[in-house]
Amino acid sequence: MGLTLYEKIWHAHKVLDGDDGQSLLHVARHLVHDGSVHAFQFLKEKGLSVRRSDQVAATPDHGISTHSHVMAAITDPEQRRVVERLVENTQAHGILHFPLGDPRQGIVHVVGPEQGLTQPGMVLVCGDSHTSTHGALGALAFGAGASEITHVLATQSTWQRRSKTLRVRVEGERGAHVSAKDVILAIIAKLGSNGAAGHVIEYAGSVIRAMSIEERLTVCNMSIEAGARAGMVAPDDTTFAYLQGRAYAPKGAMWEQALDHWRTLPSDLDARFDVDIQLDASALAPMVTWGNSPQDGLPITACVPNPQDEPDSEKRAGMERSLAYMGLQAGMALQDIAVDQVFIGSCTNGRIEDLRAAAAVARLGQAKVPVLVSPGSTRVKLEAEREGLDQIFKQAGFEWRESGCSMCVGMNGDLVASGKRCASTSNRNFVGRQGPGSRTHLMGPAMAAAAALTGRLTDVRSLVK
Amino acid sequence: MKAFVVEDGVAVPFDQADVDTDQILPARYLRRPRQGGYGQFLFRDVRFNDDDSERPDFILNQAPYRSASIMVADRNFGCGSSREQAPWGLVDHGIRCVIAADFGDIFYLNSLKTGLLPVQLDIAVCVRMREQLHAQPGAHVRVDLPAQTVTGPDGQVYAFKMDAFRKKCLVEGLDEIGVTLQHDAALKSFEVQYRQAHPWLFNL
Repeated sequence: MGLTLYEKIWHAHKVLDGDDGQSLLHVARHLVHDGSVHAFQFLKEKGLSVRRSDQVAATPDHGISTHSHVMAAITDPEQRRVVERLVENTQAHGILHFPLGDPRQGIVHVVGPEQGLTQPGMVLVCGDSHTSTHGALGALAFGAGASEITHVLATQSTWQRRSKTLRVRVEGERGAHVSAKDVILAIIAKLGSNGAAGHVIEYAGSVIRAMSIEERLTVCNMSIEAGARAGMVAPDDTTFAYLQGRAYAPKGAMWEQALDHWRTLPSDLDARFDVDIQLDASALAPMVTWGNSPQDGLPITACVPNPQDEPDSEKRAGMERSLAYMGLQAGMALQDIAVDQVFIGSCTNGRIEDLRAAAAVARLGQAKVPVLVSPGSTRVKLEAEREGLDQIFKQAGFEWRESGCSMCVGMNGDLVASGKRCASTSNRNFVGRQGPGSRTHLMGPAMAAAAALTGRLTDVRSLVK
Repeated sequence: MKAFVVEDGVAVPFDQADVDTDQILPARYLRRPRQGGYGQFLFRDVRFNDDDSERPDFILNQAPYRSASIMVADRNFGCGSSREQAPWGLVDHGIRCVIAADFGDIFYLNSLKTGLLPVQLDIAVCVRMREQLHAQPGAHVRVDLPAQTVTGPDGQVYAFKMDAFRKKCLVEGLDEIGVTLQHDAALKSFEVQYRQAHPWLFNL
């Protein structure tokens, strides 16, 4: 029987089998950011060093200011301390670092692919749950906490139990203005918030194959919101074309050698998946979330669901709690929900194609509410400015900032105030995610720009003919 | 890491599905030094008011549960972010074991490395135990890791699964890095072979 992409990567990185079904996997690439400060501290306390510093790369993203990338612009002393520590730690251990002010700086999950640090067939680890993003290039990529990151720094390896495999085939024709974000929100709504627990997802089917790498990055990014260990897409000519010429992608004869290897990676035709599901893209509409879990996605044309229609009492209680927190009435049209502000950015939707999609809507009007646009990386920012997208945003009254995690996680002071409602291109609508008391509706970048122009959740198809 | 062998203590019922790690430990506290303790930040935004006074409606603030060392939860406990600070907050508050129908994948692994035992039991068992704990506030639950059993408030015994290596690390309070580095020779020879097979990856 054939092997899946996941199984091939697993076997190529297995150092040894433990006696209880766990295996020690080599980590080909390790990405670190300002939040890795605890792991470096633990390493120091244990008297250990970084085992393979030539397989590690770093950039600050979580706590940095989006007003300016000078260190002094980070007003919170704790956040500034950890960004300074990243400079010290990467210097002390000889780790490649794209610091503040470097044109290669950005959100670690945007930087990895765009610099060619992320490549097909590798095991990639980073201390952030959205590490699943990198699977879009055919890597096995997953997040971990501080102790595990310390383990990876010290041993360049990780103990893992083999996951089950789950294939999601997306077939059919995507309608106009149905974005990659809408596809993944629909997949999460179908699987549920922990429906992929214990599984690695492989996204397949004609719709995924036709997607650009940036769209696939958006899809893989939110695999964790369905509880998956990782999400991935088999590498193909789209992947290879994306990687060719990137700073850390192989060159010359090495490129040919890598390409020969990468072409062996896609799942074999007779490979078996533990679970196989299909999604019809032609039935999809632009999506928004109404509740406090990313599984709460609905077509923008729908209404806020009624807890009374839910037979399960625990689920009903959860829905009631979400409606109360979100300040919504059951049965109201999603398009009648007024928003106080808009956020466009994050590792989910902060790449150049996302900004182009948002700008195409922004050019149609004026913002009715404050809008913060934070590019996913400095490189994305420079490219957007070269294309004049920053001017389109500014003319529409959107605020154009520096790159960083920004309002997705609110650690840098970019917050949604208590009781305020934000249309956001980020990945989590949890209680308090964008700040204590904040209310988040997740959506794609064109939909967020549409909400900015009308001041309420809006079907972008009604604005763009 | 603090070892976990047997815990017999007050159990608190936590009746909510999909408790995410942003709720367990809000993002603005994540950069605090580890040695300062994270117990005070646990469930900060639902446990305290803005003026730092306790919210009496939050279950961990209620008398019999203040000293709880075991939490009985619902489905998908600890979903979301990979922040290990979520288990730090629970452990520093005194919670040594969380029982749930299933867990956020990364939270589960982080807990094991932090001395917090995550125990997976059937959802029906979790619901029944929570009902019993609401009926008898302050009742004890006993968790025996070597035997891999949970004894409910009514004396009913339930078995749970646990990887042998994870269990050994928890029971003995072992540092996993030390165990892994015992395989240094295997790691070294793998690294040499991997570098030869993937020479294009070593250009940083």
